Amino acid sequence: MIYHSAKEILQQCQETNLPLHQLSLNAECQLTGKSPEDIRIYLGDVLATMFEAIELGLDAAHPEYRGKIIGDDGIKLAKREMPLCGETISKAAQYALSTMKVNAGMGRIVASPTAGSCGVMPAVLKTLSEQLTLSETDLINGLLVANIIGSIVARNATISGAEGGCQAEVGTASAMAAGAAVYLAGGTAEQVFHAGAMAFKNLLGLVCDPIAGLVESPCAKRNAMGATNALLCAEMSLAGIESIVPFDEVVEAMRRVGQVMPVALRETALGGLAATPTAVQITTDLFKTSSTL
Amino acid sequence: MKSYTLFDIIGPIMIGPSSSHTAGACRIGYTLHHIIKAPLKSVDFTLYGSFAKTYVGHGTDLALLGGILGFKPDDKRIVNAKEIARDSGLSFSFKPSSDETRHPNTVKINVITEDGKPWEAIGESIGGGKMQLIQINGIDIQFTGAYNTLITHHQDTPGMLAQITAVISKHAINIANMKLYRESRGLKAIGIIEMDEDIPKSAIEQLSVIDGVSYVTLIERIYE
Repeated sequence: MIYHSAKEILQQCQETNLPLHQLSLNAECQLTGKSPEDIRIYLGDVLATMFEAIELGLDAAHPEYRGKIIGDDGIKLAKREMPLCGETISKAAQYALSTMKVNAGMGRIVASPTAGSCGVMPAVLKTLSEQLTLSETDLINGLLVANIIGSIVARNATISGAEGGCQAEVGTASAMAAGAAVYLAGGTAEQVFHAGAMAFKNLLGLVCDPIAGLVESPCAKRNAMGATNALLCAEMSLAGIESIVPFDEVVEAMRRVGQVMPVALRETALGGLAATPTAVQITTDLFKTSSTL
Repeated sequence: MKSYTLFDIIGPIMIGPSSSHTAGACRIGYTLHHIIKAPLKSVDFTLYGSFAKTYVGHGTDLALLGGILGFKPDDKRIVNAKEIARDSGLSFSFKPSSDETRHPNTVKINVITEDGKPWEAIGESIGGGKMQLIQINGIDIQFTGAYNTLITHHQDTPGMLAQITAVISKHAINIANMKLYRESRGLKAIGIIEMDEDIPKSAIEQLSVIDGVSYVTLIERIYE
Protein backbone atom coordinates (compact mmCIF):
# COMPACT_ATOMS: atom_id res chain seq x y z
CA MET A 1 0.00 0.00 0.00
CA ILE A 2 1.38 3.38 -0.95
CA TYR A 3 -0.57 5.23 1.76
CA HIS A 4 0.70 5.50 5.33
CA SER A 5 -2.40 6.15 7.41
CA ALA A 6 -6.16 6.37 7.58
CA LYS A 7 -5.78 10.14 7.80
CA GLU A 8 -3.89 10.25 4.50
CA ILE A 9 -6.45 8.00 2.83
CA LEU A 10 -9.41 10.07 4.01
CA GLN A 11 -7.67 13.17 2.64
CA GLN A 12 -7.11 11.41 -0.68
CA CYS A 13 -10.78 10.41 -0.79
CA GLN A 14 -11.77 14.03 -0.36
CA GLU A 15 -9.28 15.41 -2.89
CA THR A 16 -9.87 12.84 -5.61
CA ASN A 17 -13.54 12.16 -4.92
CA LEU A 18 -12.81 8.47 -5.49
CA PRO A 19 -14.60 5.76 -3.54
CA LEU A 20 -12.45 3.86 -1.06
CA HIS A 21 -12.27 0.61 -3.05
CA GLN A 22 -11.12 2.50 -6.15
CA LEU A 23 -8.37 4.19 -4.16
CA SER A 24 -7.21 0.78 -2.94
CA LEU A 25 -7.29 -0.68 -6.47
CA ASN A 26 -5.36 2.25 -7.98
CA ALA A 27 -2.76 2.06 -5.22
CA GLU A 28 -2.20 -1.67 -5.73
CA CYS A 29 -1.90 -1.29 -9.51
CA GLN A 30 0.74 1.36 -8.96
CA LEU A 31 2.57 -0.76 -6.39
CA THR A 32 2.53 -4.12 -8.19
CA GLY A 33 2.46 -3.08 -11.85
CA LYS A 34 -0.61 -5.25 -12.37
CA SER A 35 -3.76 -4.19 -14.20
CA PRO A 36 -7.08 -3.62 -12.39
CA GLU A 37 -8.44 -6.68 -14.26
CA ASP A 38 -5.59 -8.88 -12.96
CA ILE A 39 -6.28 -7.80 -9.40
CA ARG A 40 -10.04 -8.30 -9.73
CA ILE A 41 -9.50 -11.77 -11.20
CA TYR A 42 -7.23 -12.65 -8.28
CA LEU A 43 -9.80 -11.37 -5.78
CA GLY A 44 -12.47 -13.41 -7.56
CA ASP A 45 -10.31 -16.49 -6.87
CA VAL A 46 -9.95 -15.34 -3.27
CA LEU A 47 -13.73 -15.15 -2.83
CA ALA A 48 -14.29 -18.54 -4.45
CA THR A 49 -11.64 -20.12 -2.21
CA MET A 50 -13.14 -18.51 0.89
CA PHE A 51 -16.69 -19.66 0.16
CA GLU A 52 -15.57 -23.14 -0.88
CA ALA A 53 -13.76 -23.60 2.45
CA ILE A 54 -16.88 -22.57 4.39
CA GLU A 55 -19.01 -25.10 2.53
CA LEU A 56 -16.47 -27.91 2.90
CA GLY A 57 -16.21 -27.28 6.62
CA LEU A 58 -19.97 -27.31 7.12
CA ASP A 59 -20.40 -30.46 5.05
CA ALA A 60 -20.38 -33.50 7.36
CA ALA A 61 -19.56 -35.67 4.32
CA HIS A 62 -16.00 -34.29 4.37
CA PRO A 63 -14.54 -35.66 7.60
CA GLU A 64 -11.00 -35.40 6.21
CA TYR A 65 -11.00 -31.70 7.05
CA ARG A 66 -10.50 -31.87 10.79
CA GLY A 67 -7.77 -30.64 13.04
CA LYS A 68 -5.74 -32.61 15.51
CA ILE A 69 -7.67 -30.95 18.35
CA ILE A 70 -10.69 -29.19 16.83
CA GLY A 71 -13.60 -30.75 14.98
CA ASP A 72 -17.12 -30.02 13.84
CA ASP A 73 -18.01 -27.03 16.01
CA GLY A 74 -19.40 -25.13 13.01
CA ILE A 75 -21.75 -28.01 12.19
CA LYS A 76 -22.90 -28.21 15.82
CA LEU A 77 -23.74 -24.52 15.78
CA ALA A 78 -25.59 -24.84 12.47
CA LYS A 79 -27.86 -27.48 13.98
CA ARG A 80 -29.15 -25.11 16.67
CA GLU A 81 -32.71 -24.02 16.05
CA MET A 82 -33.58 -20.46 17.02
CA PRO A 83 -30.07 -19.45 18.14
CA LEU A 84 -29.98 -17.15 21.17
CA CYS A 85 -27.81 -14.61 19.38
CA GLY A 86 -29.93 -14.58 16.21
CA GLU A 87 -29.38 -16.05 12.75
CA THR A 88 -26.85 -13.46 11.55
CA ILE A 89 -24.41 -13.79 14.44
CA SER A 90 -24.82 -17.56 14.52
CA LYS A 91 -24.08 -17.81 10.79
CA ALA A 92 -20.99 -15.62 11.05
CA ALA A 93 -19.66 -17.83 13.86
CA GLN A 94 -20.43 -21.02 11.91
CA TYR A 95 -18.58 -19.76 8.85
CA ALA A 96 -15.53 -18.72 10.86
CA LEU A 97 -15.36 -22.04 12.75
CA SER A 98 -15.85 -23.94 9.52
CA THR A 99 -13.03 -22.14 7.71
CA MET A 100 -10.65 -22.66 10.63
CA LYS A 101 -11.45 -26.36 10.68
CA VAL A 102 -10.64 -26.66 6.98
CA ASN A 103 -7.40 -24.76 7.59
CA ALA A 104 -6.45 -27.13 10.43
CA GLY A 105 -7.22 -30.11 8.16
CA MET A 106 -4.86 -28.84 5.45
CA GLY A 107 -7.63 -27.62 3.18
CA ARG A 108 -7.31 -24.59 0.92
CA ILE A 109 -7.92 -21.19 2.54
CA VAL A 110 -6.93 -17.55 2.10
CA ALA A 111 -4.58 -16.05 4.68
CA SER A 112 -6.42 -12.79 5.40
CA PRO A 113 -4.28 -11.39 6.78
CA THR A 114 -2.85 -14.66 8.19
CA ALA A 115 -3.75 -18.35 8.21
CA GLY A 116 -4.40 -18.11 11.96
CA SER A 117 -7.06 -15.47 11.30
CA CYS A 118 -8.36 -16.87 8.01
CA GLY A 119 -11.92 -17.42 9.29
CA VAL A 120 -12.93 -13.81 9.96
CA MET A 121 -13.09 -12.18 6.51
CA PRO A 122 -14.92 -15.06 4.77
CA ALA A 123 -17.41 -15.31 7.63
CA VAL A 124 -18.34 -11.64 7.46
CA LEU A 125 -18.45 -11.49 3.65
CA LYS A 126 -20.65 -14.57 3.36
CA THR A 127 -22.97 -13.41 6.13
CA LEU A 128 -23.33 -10.03 4.41
CA SER A 129 -23.89 -11.58 1.01
CA GLU A 130 -26.86 -13.44 2.49
CA GLN A 131 -28.15 -10.40 4.37
CA LEU A 132 -27.83 -7.75 1.64
CA THR A 133 -28.14 -7.99 -2.13
CA LEU A 134 -24.51 -8.03 -3.16
CA SER A 135 -22.84 -8.95 -6.45
CA GLU A 136 -19.40 -10.54 -6.77
CA THR A 137 -18.11 -7.10 -7.76
CA ASP A 138 -19.47 -5.66 -4.52
CA LEU A 139 -17.77 -8.36 -2.45
CA ILE A 140 -14.50 -7.75 -4.29
CA ASN A 141 -14.85 -4.06 -3.47
CA GLY A 142 -15.28 -5.11 0.16
CA LEU A 143 -11.99 -7.04 -0.05
CA LEU A 144 -10.28 -3.97 -1.52
CA VAL A 145 -11.49 -1.86 1.42
CA ALA A 146 -10.37 -4.54 3.90
CA ASN A 147 -6.97 -4.44 2.18
CA ILE A 148 -6.61 -0.75 3.03
CA ILE A 149 -7.13 -1.44 6.72
CA GLY A 150 -4.88 -4.51 6.80
CA SER A 151 -2.13 -2.70 4.89
CA ILE A 152 -2.06 0.22 7.30
CA VAL A 153 -1.78 -2.16 10.24
CA ALA A 154 0.96 -4.22 8.56
CA ARG A 155 2.87 -1.09 7.71
CA ASN A 156 2.60 0.73 11.04
CA ALA A 157 2.32 -2.14 13.51
CA THR A 158 2.32 -5.87 12.74
CA ILE A 159 0.03 -8.66 11.53
CA SER A 160 2.19 -11.42 13.01
CA GLY A 161 1.18 -13.25 16.18
CA ALA A 162 4.84 -13.89 16.94
CA GLU A 163 5.40 -10.12 17.03
CA GLY A 164 2.15 -8.74 18.44
CA GLY A 165 0.03 -11.60 19.76
CA CYS A 166 -3.45 -12.55 18.60
CA GLN A 167 -4.55 -8.89 18.57
CA ALA A 168 -2.27 -8.55 15.52
CA GLU A 169 -3.91 -11.47 13.71
CA VAL A 170 -7.58 -11.83 14.72
CA GLY A 171 -7.61 -8.17 15.78
CA THR A 172 -6.49 -7.02 12.34
CA ALA A 173 -8.83 -9.45 10.58
CA SER A 174 -11.74 -8.18 12.67
CA ALA A 175 -10.89 -4.54 11.89
CA MET A 176 -10.60 -5.38 8.17
CA ALA A 177 -13.95 -7.18 8.19
CA ALA A 178 -15.67 -4.41 10.16
CA GLY A 179 -14.51 -1.85 7.60
CA ALA A 180 -15.61 -4.01 4.68
CA ALA A 181 -19.02 -4.58 6.31
CA VAL A 182 -19.63 -0.85 6.77
CA TYR A 183 -18.61 -0.17 3.18
CA LEU A 184 -20.86 -2.87 1.75
CA ALA A 185 -23.77 -1.61 3.83
CA GLY A 186 -23.36 1.83 2.29
CA GLY A 187 -21.40 3.59 5.04
CA THR A 188 -18.97 6.46 4.47
CA ALA A 189 -15.16 6.22 4.40
CA GLU A 190 -15.07 7.84 7.87
CA GLN A 191 -17.48 5.21 9.17
CA VAL A 192 -15.29 2.46 7.69
CA PHE A 193 -12.36 3.59 9.84
CA HIS A 194 -14.53 4.14 12.93
CA ALA A 195 -15.74 0.53 12.64
CA GLY A 196 -12.17 -0.68 12.12
CA ALA A 197 -10.95 1.28 15.13
CA MET A 198 -13.73 -0.04 17.37
CA ALA A 199 -13.16 -3.64 16.29
CA PHE A 200 -9.47 -3.28 17.07
CA LYS A 201 -10.04 -1.64 20.43
CA ASN A 202 -12.24 -4.52 21.55
CA LEU A 203 -9.44 -7.01 20.90
CA LEU A 204 -6.50 -4.95 22.12
CA GLY A 205 -4.15 -7.01 24.29
CA LEU A 206 -5.34 -10.39 23.04
CA VAL A 207 -2.47 -12.86 23.47
CA CYS A 208 -1.38 -15.66 21.11
CA ASP A 209 -1.27 -18.91 23.12
CA PRO A 210 -1.94 -21.84 20.80
CA ILE A 211 -2.29 -25.26 22.43
CA ALA A 212 0.58 -27.53 21.32
CA GLY A 213 1.64 -24.73 18.97
CA LEU A 214 -1.10 -25.70 16.51
CA VAL A 215 -3.31 -23.21 14.64
CA GLU A 216 -6.45 -24.69 16.23
CA SER A 217 -7.30 -23.85 19.81
CA PRO A 218 -8.09 -21.19 20.91
CA CYS A 219 -7.64 -19.83 17.36
CA ALA A 220 -10.85 -21.18 15.79
CA LYS A 221 -13.21 -19.79 18.44
CA ARG A 222 -11.33 -16.50 18.49
CA ASN A 223 -12.01 -16.25 14.76
CA ALA A 224 -15.73 -16.73 15.48
CA MET A 225 -15.47 -13.91 18.00
CA GLY A 226 -13.50 -11.75 15.54
CA ALA A 227 -16.23 -12.13 12.93
CA THR A 228 -19.10 -11.32 15.28
CA ASN A 229 -17.15 -8.42 16.78
CA ALA A 230 -16.71 -7.05 13.25
CA LEU A 231 -20.47 -7.15 12.64
CA LEU A 232 -21.18 -5.49 16.00
CA CYS A 233 -18.71 -2.68 15.34
CA ALA A 234 -20.01 -2.19 11.80
CA GLU A 235 -23.53 -1.92 13.21
CA MET A 236 -22.44 0.66 15.79
CA SER A 237 -20.56 2.68 13.19
CA LEU A 238 -23.49 2.65 10.74
CA ALA A 239 -25.66 3.97 13.57
CA GLY A 240 -23.35 6.98 13.80
CA ILE A 241 -21.37 5.80 16.82
CA GLU A 242 -17.77 6.97 16.55
CA SER A 243 -14.54 5.59 17.95
CA ILE A 244 -13.30 8.04 20.57
CA VAL A 245 -9.70 7.24 19.59
CA PRO A 246 -9.05 7.56 15.83
CA PHE A 247 -7.98 4.52 13.79
CA ASP A 248 -4.31 5.49 13.34
CA GLU A 249 -3.84 5.98 17.08
CA VAL A 250 -5.48 2.65 17.83
CA VAL A 251 -3.03 0.95 15.44
CA GLU A 252 -0.14 2.65 17.21
CA ALA A 253 -1.56 1.53 20.58
CA MET A 254 -1.74 -2.03 19.27
CA ARG A 255 1.91 -1.86 18.20
CA ARG A 256 2.95 -0.63 21.65
CA VAL A 257 0.91 -3.30 23.44
CA GLY A 258 2.56 -5.93 21.23
CA GLN A 259 5.98 -4.56 22.08
CA VAL A 260 5.52 -5.02 25.83
CA MET A 261 3.80 -8.38 25.48
CA PRO A 262 5.98 -11.14 26.97
CA VAL A 263 7.45 -13.64 24.50
CA ALA A 264 5.55 -16.44 26.27
CA LEU A 265 2.33 -14.88 24.97
CA ARG A 266 3.46 -14.41 21.37
CA GLU A 267 2.92 -17.69 19.51
CA THR A 268 5.55 -19.64 21.44
CA ALA A 269 2.98 -21.89 23.16
CA LEU A 270 4.79 -21.24 26.45
CA GLY A 271 2.13 -19.17 28.23
CA GLY A 272 -1.57 -18.42 28.51
CA LEU A 273 -3.91 -21.26 27.58
CA ALA A 274 -1.02 -23.21 26.06
CA ALA A 275 0.53 -23.55 29.53
CA THR A 276 -2.60 -24.83 31.32
CA PRO A 277 -2.58 -28.41 32.69
CA THR A 278 -5.16 -29.44 30.07
CA ALA A 279 -3.12 -28.00 27.22
CA VAL A 280 0.05 -29.64 28.53
CA GLN A 281 -1.82 -32.98 28.67
CA ILE A 282 -3.08 -32.55 25.09
CA THR A 283 0.45 -31.77 23.95
CA THR A 284 1.81 -34.86 25.74
CA ASP A 285 -0.87 -37.07 24.17
CA LEU A 286 -0.02 -35.70 20.71
CA PHE A 287 3.64 -36.47 21.38
CA LYS A 288 2.72 -40.08 22.10
CA THR A 289 0.97 -40.64 18.80
CA SER A 290 3.63 -38.76 16.89
CA SER A 291 7.08 -38.90 18.44
CA THR A 292 8.31 -36.13 16.19
CA LEU A 293 5.70 -33.48 16.97
CA MET B 1 10.77 -0.59 5.72
CA LYS B 2 8.28 -3.41 5.57
CA SER B 3 6.61 -3.64 2.19
CA TYR B 4 3.20 -5.26 1.77
CA THR B 5 0.91 -5.57 -1.21
CA LEU B 6 -2.68 -6.76 -1.49
CA PHE B 7 -1.31 -10.24 -2.23
CA ASP B 8 0.20 -10.33 1.27
CA ILE B 9 -2.80 -8.85 3.11
CA ILE B 10 -5.56 -10.77 1.26
CA GLY B 11 -3.44 -13.81 0.58
CA PRO B 12 -1.74 -16.01 -0.14
CA ILE B 13 -4.36 -18.53 -1.22
CA MET B 14 -2.82 -21.57 0.44
CA ILE B 15 -3.19 -25.02 1.93
CA GLY B 16 -3.40 -24.62 5.72
CA PRO B 17 -2.69 -24.49 8.53
CA SER B 18 0.21 -22.02 8.82
CA SER B 19 1.57 -19.41 6.44
CA SER B 20 5.13 -19.75 7.72
CA HIS B 21 5.17 -23.50 8.50
CA THR B 22 3.13 -24.64 5.49
CA ALA B 23 2.98 -22.05 2.67
CA GLY B 24 6.50 -20.68 3.24
CA ALA B 25 7.90 -24.21 3.51
CA CYS B 26 6.22 -25.19 0.26
CA ARG B 27 7.68 -22.16 -1.49
CA ILE B 28 11.19 -23.15 -0.40
CA GLY B 29 10.76 -26.58 -2.00
CA TYR B 30 8.97 -25.16 -5.04
CA THR B 31 11.74 -22.66 -5.69
CA LEU B 32 14.42 -25.33 -5.48
CA HIS B 33 12.36 -27.54 -7.84
CA HIS B 34 12.50 -24.74 -10.41
CA ILE B 35 16.20 -24.13 -9.89
CA ILE B 36 17.17 -27.79 -10.32
CA LYS B 37 14.81 -28.46 -13.24
CA ALA B 38 15.71 -32.17 -13.42
CA PRO B 39 14.05 -35.36 -12.19
CA LEU B 40 15.10 -36.25 -8.66
CA LYS B 41 16.25 -39.55 -7.19
CA SER B 42 16.30 -38.59 -3.53
CA VAL B 43 15.69 -35.63 -1.25
CA ASP B 44 16.61 -35.27 2.41
CA PHE B 45 15.30 -32.46 4.57
CA THR B 46 17.04 -31.34 7.76
CA LEU B 47 14.75 -29.19 9.89
CA TYR B 48 15.87 -26.57 12.40
CA GLY B 49 14.28 -24.44 15.13
CA SER B 50 10.50 -24.24 15.12
CA PHE B 51 10.40 -26.32 11.91
CA ALA B 52 12.12 -29.15 13.82
CA LYS B 53 9.73 -28.95 16.76
CA THR B 54 6.36 -28.64 15.01
CA TYR B 55 6.81 -29.91 11.47
CA VAL B 56 4.36 -32.79 11.75
CA GLY B 57 1.57 -30.74 13.35
CA HIS B 58 1.81 -28.07 10.67
CA GLY B 59 2.29 -30.38 7.70
CA THR B 60 5.68 -28.76 7.08
CA ASP B 61 7.00 -32.13 5.83
CA LEU B 62 4.19 -32.46 3.28
CA ALA B 63 4.60 -28.85 2.18
CA LEU B 64 8.37 -29.13 1.68
CA LEU B 65 8.03 -32.38 -0.23
CA GLY B 66 5.07 -31.10 -2.26
CA GLY B 67 7.09 -28.01 -3.12
CA ILE B 68 10.06 -30.00 -4.37
CA LEU B 69 7.61 -32.05 -6.47
CA GLY B 70 6.57 -28.76 -8.09
CA PHE B 71 3.34 -28.05 -6.24
CA LYS B 72 2.47 -24.42 -5.43
CA PRO B 73 1.31 -23.49 -1.89
CA ASP B 74 -2.37 -23.67 -2.91
CA ASP B 75 -2.10 -27.10 -4.58
CA LYS B 76 -4.36 -29.65 -2.91
CA ARG B 77 -1.95 -32.45 -3.86
CA ILE B 78 0.33 -31.25 -1.01
CA VAL B 79 -1.70 -33.36 1.41
CA ASN B 80 -0.76 -36.50 -0.55
CA ALA B 81 2.83 -35.47 -1.25
CA LYS B 82 4.33 -38.55 0.42
CA GLU B 83 2.24 -41.02 -1.59
CA ILE B 84 2.90 -39.09 -4.81
CA ALA B 85 6.65 -39.05 -4.13
CA ARG B 86 6.71 -42.80 -3.39
CA ASP B 87 4.68 -43.56 -6.54
CA SER B 88 7.11 -41.57 -8.65
CA GLY B 89 10.10 -43.39 -7.15
CA LEU B 90 11.47 -40.41 -5.22
CA SER B 91 12.96 -41.40 -1.88
CA PHE B 92 12.81 -38.84 0.90
CA SER B 93 13.58 -38.32 4.59
CA PHE B 94 13.01 -35.70 7.29
CA LYS B 95 15.47 -35.19 10.12
CA PRO B 96 14.87 -32.69 12.93
CA SER B 97 18.08 -31.08 14.18
CA SER B 98 18.69 -29.27 17.45
CA ASP B 99 21.49 -27.17 15.93
CA GLU B 100 21.10 -23.41 16.26
CA THR B 101 20.35 -21.47 13.08
CA ARG B 102 20.04 -17.82 12.16
CA HIS B 103 16.27 -18.03 11.68
CA PRO B 104 13.81 -20.21 13.65
CA ASN B 105 12.16 -21.66 10.53
CA THR B 106 15.07 -23.06 8.58
CA VAL B 107 15.49 -26.14 6.40
CA LYS B 108 18.50 -27.65 4.65
CA ILE B 109 17.62 -29.65 1.55
CA ASN B 110 19.98 -32.23 0.04
CA VAL B 111 18.96 -33.51 -3.34
CA ILE B 112 20.41 -36.06 -5.73
CA THR B 113 19.09 -35.89 -9.28
CA GLU B 114 18.42 -38.97 -11.38
CA ASP B 115 21.66 -38.41 -13.25
CA GLY B 116 23.55 -38.34 -9.95
CA LYS B 117 24.16 -34.63 -9.43
CA PRO B 118 24.04 -33.51 -5.78
CA TRP B 119 22.45 -30.19 -4.76
CA GLU B 120 22.32 -28.55 -1.37
CA ALA B 121 20.18 -25.54 -0.46
CA ILE B 122 19.28 -23.78 2.77
CA GLY B 123 15.99 -21.89 3.00
CA GLU B 124 14.24 -19.78 5.60
CA SER B 125 10.50 -19.23 5.95
CA ILE B 126 10.42 -15.61 7.04
CA GLY B 127 6.72 -15.08 7.77
CA GLY B 128 3.40 -14.61 5.99
CA GLY B 129 4.32 -17.29 3.45
CA LYS B 130 7.44 -15.47 2.31
CA MET B 131 10.74 -17.30 2.11
CA GLN B 132 14.32 -16.84 1.05
CA LEU B 133 17.01 -19.22 -0.02
CA ILE B 134 20.21 -18.24 1.77
CA GLN B 135 22.61 -20.82 0.38
CA ILE B 136 22.87 -22.94 -2.75
CA ASN B 137 25.68 -25.49 -3.14
CA GLY B 138 27.79 -23.83 -0.46
CA ILE B 139 27.51 -20.32 -1.85
CA ASP B 140 25.71 -17.68 0.22
CA ILE B 141 22.87 -16.00 -1.65
CA GLN B 142 19.70 -14.17 -0.85
CA PHE B 143 16.91 -15.18 -3.14
CA THR B 144 13.25 -14.38 -2.44
CA GLY B 145 11.36 -15.33 -5.59
CA ALA B 146 9.49 -12.03 -5.62
CA TYR B 147 10.69 -11.19 -9.16
CA ASN B 148 11.32 -12.97 -12.42
CA THR B 149 14.79 -14.13 -11.57
CA LEU B 150 17.68 -15.31 -13.68
CA ILE B 151 20.27 -17.48 -12.00
CA THR B 152 23.60 -17.93 -13.72
CA HIS B 153 26.58 -20.06 -12.82
CA HIS B 154 29.63 -18.60 -14.48
CA GLN B 155 33.38 -18.17 -14.27
CA ASP B 156 34.45 -15.19 -12.19
CA THR B 157 36.33 -13.47 -15.01
CA PRO B 158 36.57 -9.84 -16.18
CA GLY B 159 33.84 -8.77 -18.60
CA MET B 160 31.53 -11.68 -17.78
CA LEU B 161 28.91 -9.47 -16.19
CA ALA B 162 28.97 -7.03 -19.12
CA GLN B 163 28.26 -9.89 -21.54
CA ILE B 164 25.33 -11.09 -19.43
CA THR B 165 23.75 -7.66 -18.96
CA ALA B 166 24.25 -6.88 -22.65
CA VAL B 167 21.93 -9.74 -23.57
CA ILE B 168 19.35 -8.56 -21.04
CA SER B 169 19.53 -4.99 -22.24
CA LYS B 170 19.19 -6.06 -25.88
CA HIS B 171 15.78 -7.50 -24.99
CA ALA B 172 14.72 -4.19 -23.37
CA ILE B 173 14.34 -5.81 -19.96
CA ASN B 174 14.69 -3.69 -16.85
CA ILE B 175 16.87 -5.12 -14.09
CA ALA B 176 15.27 -4.50 -10.68
CA ASN B 177 18.03 -5.95 -8.48
CA MET B 178 21.26 -7.75 -9.16
CA LYS B 179 23.58 -9.66 -6.85
CA LEU B 180 26.77 -11.61 -7.45
CA TYR B 181 28.22 -14.27 -5.23
CA ARG B 182 31.42 -16.22 -5.73
CA GLU B 183 33.31 -19.02 -4.10
CA SER B 184 36.59 -17.16 -4.50
CA ARG B 185 38.40 -15.02 -7.05
CA GLY B 186 38.50 -16.52 -10.54
CA LEU B 187 36.40 -19.55 -9.58
CA LYS B 188 32.69 -20.30 -9.83
CA ALA B 189 30.29 -17.40 -9.35
CA ILE B 190 26.53 -17.20 -9.07
CA GLY B 191 24.55 -14.30 -10.46
CA ILE B 192 21.03 -13.54 -9.25
CA ILE B 193 19.34 -11.02 -11.50
CA GLU B 194 15.82 -9.90 -10.60
CA MET B 195 13.76 -8.33 -13.38
CA ASP B 196 10.42 -6.59 -13.76
CA GLU B 197 9.54 -7.96 -17.20
CA ASP B 198 9.10 -11.45 -18.58
CA ILE B 199 12.19 -12.81 -20.27
CA PRO B 200 11.88 -14.44 -23.70
CA LYS B 201 13.38 -17.90 -24.28
CA SER B 202 15.74 -16.46 -26.89
CA ALA B 203 17.45 -14.36 -24.22
CA ILE B 204 18.09 -17.41 -22.07
CA GLU B 205 19.47 -19.30 -25.07
CA GLN B 206 21.82 -16.41 -25.84
CA LEU B 207 22.98 -16.31 -22.23
CA SER B 208 23.67 -20.02 -22.06
CA VAL B 209 26.07 -19.94 -25.02
CA ILE B 210 28.29 -17.24 -23.50
CA ASP B 211 31.77 -18.69 -23.03
CA GLY B 212 32.28 -19.37 -19.29
CA VAL B 213 28.59 -19.57 -18.45
CA SER B 214 27.93 -23.12 -17.28
CA TYR B 215 24.30 -22.83 -16.27
CA VAL B 216 21.37 -20.45 -16.78
CA THR B 217 17.88 -20.79 -15.43
CA LEU B 218 14.85 -18.58 -15.13
CA ILE B 219 12.52 -18.78 -12.16
CA GLU B 220 9.30 -16.99 -12.79
CA ARG B 221 7.96 -14.78 -10.04
CA ILE B 222 6.72 -17.03 -7.25
CA TYR B 223 4.92 -14.40 -5.22
CA GLU B 224 2.15 -12.44 -6.85
